[in-house]
Amino acid sequence: MPLAFSDHARRRIAQTRARYPTAQAALLPVLHIAQEEFGDVGDEVAQLVAETLQLPYAHVHGVVTFYTMYHRHKPGKHVLMVCTNISCMLRGGYEVLHHIQKRLGIEPGQTTPDQTFTLVEEECLAACANAPMMICGENYYLDLDPQKVDQILGELRQRA
Amino acid sequence: MADVKIVTKNFGVPDMNRMEVALKHDAYRALDRAFALEPAALVDEVKKSNLRGRGGAGFATGMKWGFIPKDAKEVFLVVNADESEPGTCKDRELMFYDPHLLIEGIIISAYALRARRAYIYLRGEMMREHKVLVRAVDDAYQKGLLGTERKTAAGPFALELTVHRGAGAYICGEETALLNSLEGQRGWPRLKPPFPAIKGLFGQPTIVNNVETLMNVPDIVLNGGEWFAKLGTPKSGGTRILCMSGHLNRPGVYELRMGIPLREAIYEVCGGVRGGSQVKCVIPGGSSMPPLDASELDVPMEFDALMTDPRIKEVEVRPGVKFDLGGGRTLRTMAGSGGVVVMNEHTDLTKVCWRIMKFYAHESCGQCTPCREGTGWLERVTRRLAEGAGRPGDLELCASIAHGIAGNTICPLGDAAAWPMLGFLTKFRPEFEAKIQRAAA
Repeated sequence: MPLAFSDHARRRIAQTRARYPTAQAALLPVLHIAQEEFGDVGDEVAQLVAETLQLPYAHVHGVVTFYTMYHRHKPGKHVLMVCTNISCMLRGGYEVLHHIQKRLGIEPGQTTPDQTFTLVEEECLAACANAPMMICGENYYLDLDPQKVDQILGELRQRA
Repeated sequence: MADVKIVTKNFGVPDMNRMEVALKHDAYRALDRAFALEPAALVDEVKKSNLRGRGGAGFATGMKWGFIPKDAKEVFLVVNADESEPGTCKDRELMFYDPHLLIEGIIISAYALRARRAYIYLRGEMMREHKVLVRAVDDAYQKGLLGTERKTAAGPFALELTVHRGAGAYICGEETALLNSLEGQRGWPRLKPPFPAIKGLFGQPTIVNNVETLMNVPDIVLNGGEWFAKLGTPKSGGTRILCMSGHLNRPGVYELRMGIPLREAIYEVCGGVRGGSQVKCVIPGGSSMPPLDASELDVPMEFDALMTDPRIKEVEVRPGVKFDLGGGRTLRTMAGSGGVVVMNEHTDLTKVCWRIMKFYAHESCGQCTPCREGTGWLERVTRRLAEGAGRPGDLELCASIAHGIAGNTICPLGDAAAWPMLGFLTKFRPEFEAKIQRAAA
């Protein structure tokens, strides 16, 4: 069956489209909606978005691959975005990242085999006064150390 | 005057980001006064206030507003909420704790600019803030503060405001890249001129302002431009948020008096360096800005002073040869985004320098060759330096690459990599040289 948006997503797309004078301007928000709907923005999803907004596929593909937040492959249930930029690095950001790598047995950019966690090494996430830190969804995890990380991973695993 | 708070005045009020709480704390009180004035009078008031852009460049806000052509048919106001300059963490907190002060600032500013549509370009990673902002905007529509015509001195006025989420790209903090991204394109910066005030979003006159900048506007309207100007230094009105991070006892986001000496911010506001250690190096305004060394802590944290104070050494291309910023101007440093990163005496600055270069190499949009190729080179050479495998001539190589990038790209991202590179080599050269010598031994 060819890929299609749900009615709910269709309504959101129409509302979004109405906020902009051109269809192209709705592209980034519609890609976010598509990613929420399908879990990733692979070629098939990008194709559907291109058709929905009547934009050239090459343009949509170019945009999807320019930005870092559109997943080309379905990520794990929890995407751990760990900052290692200067403020975090100075306060142990790399220790936190390496600790998570060891605990989960994956490298940044990879997903655990059980599809629970995807690990991403991030640039500055604008919480420098609480370094080191990471984001997972809408949650900020601040002033981290390896112990706190273990606790957080445990809690997230329970929610999986 | 030290204790005046403007943009953080409501920090500490529980649930301030909810409409009912915000209204109890005088949110949207400046609208009536603003709408009683002609738009031109509001622009004048902001000019009088000496408000300067809090995003990085420190450009005079009122002057920027004045660039909109008088006969413009459609004007857009775009809020730059794409905070991602390493070391900067203020706009995120401002939006999360007090989104209604931002919306109030947007409504007034849009009215002053005769803009009927405004967009908040929010950084994609800020999902928590997205939720809060969307709810605040929805509530403002419900209350008739947005989308409903109000009587004003310039006739009926209604503003449409949309929260637009980015998708992960530092370059979109550059205003013309941001506009392209908002139009649904890759975030590639545009050549200037034309400047956005003449030809911006969808080809129309557009003003792009930072979150903190706009959050100052309601208080300027309520208390007058002169009041705001007097709070600051002669050419910079108001207060300034400093995002204090790194090896500090009390890191944090602090709204401080404009021009506070860096030493006071470190030792009195933030309780000094952790473990009683000494300061070795400070980045004064986000990672794009050349660093300061321990002898340069008495400078006032203000836009002009950081560019011109003779106590700050000038950045060099090689020992004894000053970097030329164009027009014979030299480079010291800049106030940038207010991101202050403090490093103690044990910090390996070759590693810090590498991490900064890694960032710019990752974030270069790829449009201009000197930046696309040059930042990659800088990352690779500084990485081997940091790893203890530096080679003789590497410092000269880094300097020559940085010099080749600076001033030769469409947007300032290239400069943002080149300046700190040259800054580290100017002020901390012995440390870099020693690391190469140890590698050779």
